[in-house]
Amino acid sequence: MDHIDLSECRRRGIQVVSIGSLAADDVADMAIGLLIDVLYKISANNRRVRKCVASKPLNFTMAPKLGGKRVGIVGLGSIGGEVGKRLEAFDCKVMYHSRNEKPFVPYHYYSNVVDLATNCDALVVCCPLTKQTRHIINREVMLALGKDGVIVNVGRGPLIDEKELVHCLMEGEIGGAGLDVFENEPSVPNELFALDNVVLSPHAGAHTKESCQVKCDLVAASLEAFFVSNPRISVQNVIDERHFYPTFECLPASSGEPAYA
Amino acid sequence: MGSIGVLLVGRVFPYLEQELDKRYKLFRLWDYPQKAQLLSQHAASIRAVVGHAGAGADADLIDELPKLEIVSSFSVGVDMIDLEKCKAKGIRVTNTPDVLTDEVADLAIGLTLALLRRICECDRYVRSGKWKKGDYKLTTKFSGKTVGIVGLGRIGQAIAKRAEGFNCSICYYSRTEKRDSNYKYYPSVVELASNCDILVVACPLTEETHHIINREVINALGPKGFLINIGRGKHVDEAELVSALQEGRLGGAGLDVFEDEPAVPEELFGLENVVLLPHVGSATLETRTDMADLVLGNLEAHFLGKPLLTPLV
Repeated sequence: MDHIDLSECRRRGIQVVSIGSLAADDVADMAIGLLIDVLYKISANNRRVRKCVASKPLNFTMAPKLGGKRVGIVGLGSIGGEVGKRLEAFDCKVMYHSRNEKPFVPYHYYSNVVDLATNCDALVVCCPLTKQTRHIINREVMLALGKDGVIVNVGRGPLIDEKELVHCLMEGEIGGAGLDVFENEPSVPNELFALDNVVLSPHAGAHTKESCQVKCDLVAASLEAFFVSNPRISVQNVIDERHFYPTFECLPASSGEPAYA
Repeated sequence: MGSIGVLLVGRVFPYLEQELDKRYKLFRLWDYPQKAQLLSQHAASIRAVVGHAGAGADADLIDELPKLEIVSSFSVGVDMIDLEKCKAKGIRVTNTPDVLTDEVADLAIGLTLALLRRICECDRYVRSGKWKKGDYKLTTKFSGKTVGIVGLGRIGQAIAKRAEGFNCSICYYSRTEKRDSNYKYYPSVVELASNCDILVVACPLTEETHHIINREVINALGPKGFLINIGRGKHVDEAELVSALQEGRLGGAGLDVFEDEPAVPEELFGLENVVLLPHVGSATLETRTDMADLVLGNLEAHFLGKPLLTPLV
C-alpha cells in the first residue's frame, strides 16, 4: 500500500481496506512463469519461430533445469510463501531473506541479501517497497549472484537499482532477468529490448480475470459494509471468508468510534 | 572396437558424433547420396544403428543390414524404430529415458504459464512501446485450475507433481488405469478434455496415439480450454488444431512439437493465444550430454557382453 498516505488517513479517520494477500497466487505464478521463461528462453524462442519458420532452438548458456537449483526469495510474506511452495514442487532448494527469520519455515534463512545471493542461482524479489528496501538489489548483490544468476522481480521496480541491473545484463555480470515491475513505469530501459535473456512484463502480476472479479466483489462488499450495515458490525460478518483473505487496515475514526478488525 | 561398424542415420549432438567416430567405424547416412551405395559397400560391417527422434530404423533398413545387433536411439521416443521387427530378429533397442523427464516437465508448466498469463505477448507488448498507451488486458489464472494429462508415465507424473504445487487438480487418461495413483482417471481422452481446463499431451507416439488429439477432443476442450503438447507433433491433428484456433473453438495452445518439424503452420504466427517453440524439450547441453552418454554406454555394454543400461527390446 505504498501509494496511500496511511498517516494522513489515520489523522483524518479515513478507513482503509486492503485486499492483502488476495492475488498472492497470481503473482507467484507470474514469478515462476518469468523464471522458467528466462531459463528456457520461451519468449525468445517463440519470437524466433515466428520470424524464421525452420528455426533451431536458441543455445542455452546455462543449464535451465529447475530441479536442484538454489532459489533465494527476498521477502517471505504471502507472495514469497506461495513462490516457495511452487519452487518446492520443482525440487528447487529454497532459501530466503526477510527482515526477521520466520519460525516454522523449512527454508534456510540469510540475514542479508548479499549472503543470500552468494549462495543461490536465482533470486525472486517479492518484498514490499519501503525506505529500507529501496534498491535492496544493488550492484553488490548482483555480482554476488554471478554470471549465471537470474533475477525475477514481481515486487516493485525500485527494489532493484535499475541502472545497475542494465549494466550488469549488458556486461554479462548476471545471466538473465524476468521483470514485471520497473522504476519508472511504464518506461522501460531501451537497452533491455535487444536482449534475449530478459523477459519483460507490464506490471501484470495480479491481473487475471479471476482475481479482478474477486477484487471487485471485495470492494463492493466493503463499501456495503461501511455504508449500509451497522458500522459497529465487523466487516468480517459481511464478507464471505471462503473467497478471500483480506487484510483490513481499518483505522480508528478520530471521533472515537470503534475500529473494526 | 574401432572396427565395429555403426550407422548414424541422422545428425545428432556433435559430442555424440565425435565420440562415435573415435570409438567405432562410423558411417553417416547423409554422406551417401544413394542409400544403396552405402549398403552395397558397408552393410556387412554395420552392427549398430544410432538414430534420434526423427530418424530410426524401419523394417526396410533392418532387412538391409544383416549384421545389425542393436539400435540405440538418441531420444526417449522410439516411434521411428520398427520395434516388432527388432523383437522378431533379436535386435536390441535402447533409448534415453529419465535424463530429460525434469526438463520436459518444467517446460510443460512454463508453456502453460506463458500461454495462460500471456507472458510472451506481454513481453512483446512492452518491447513494442504499447505499455505507454495502456495496460495489457487481463489474462487467465493458472493456480487452482484442473490439469488433464494424457499419459501418466514418468513425464506425466513429473508434470502432475509440479502442477500440484500450484493447487491444481490433476486428472488423466492412460491405456489402463493406474491403481496406485490418487488422480482421477478418465477412460477416454474426450471425457478427460471435457473435464479439464488444460490438457497436456505426455504419452509415447504409437499407432494408437497418432492424432489422439482430434477434432472431437479439441471441441470437448473448448473455447476456454488450453492444449499443451510436449509429446510428438503427430499426437495432434494439426490441421484441425489450426482451424479450431482460427475459429475460436479452442482457448489456446502451447506447442513444442509439430507434425512436420521444423515446419510450423504459418497460420499460427498471428495468433496471440499460442506459444510456439522449436522442439526445445531436450535441448539443453546438460541433458543432451547425458543422453549421448546413455547411447555410448548402451553400445559399449552391448559389445562387451554386459547388461544394457536402458533397454527397450
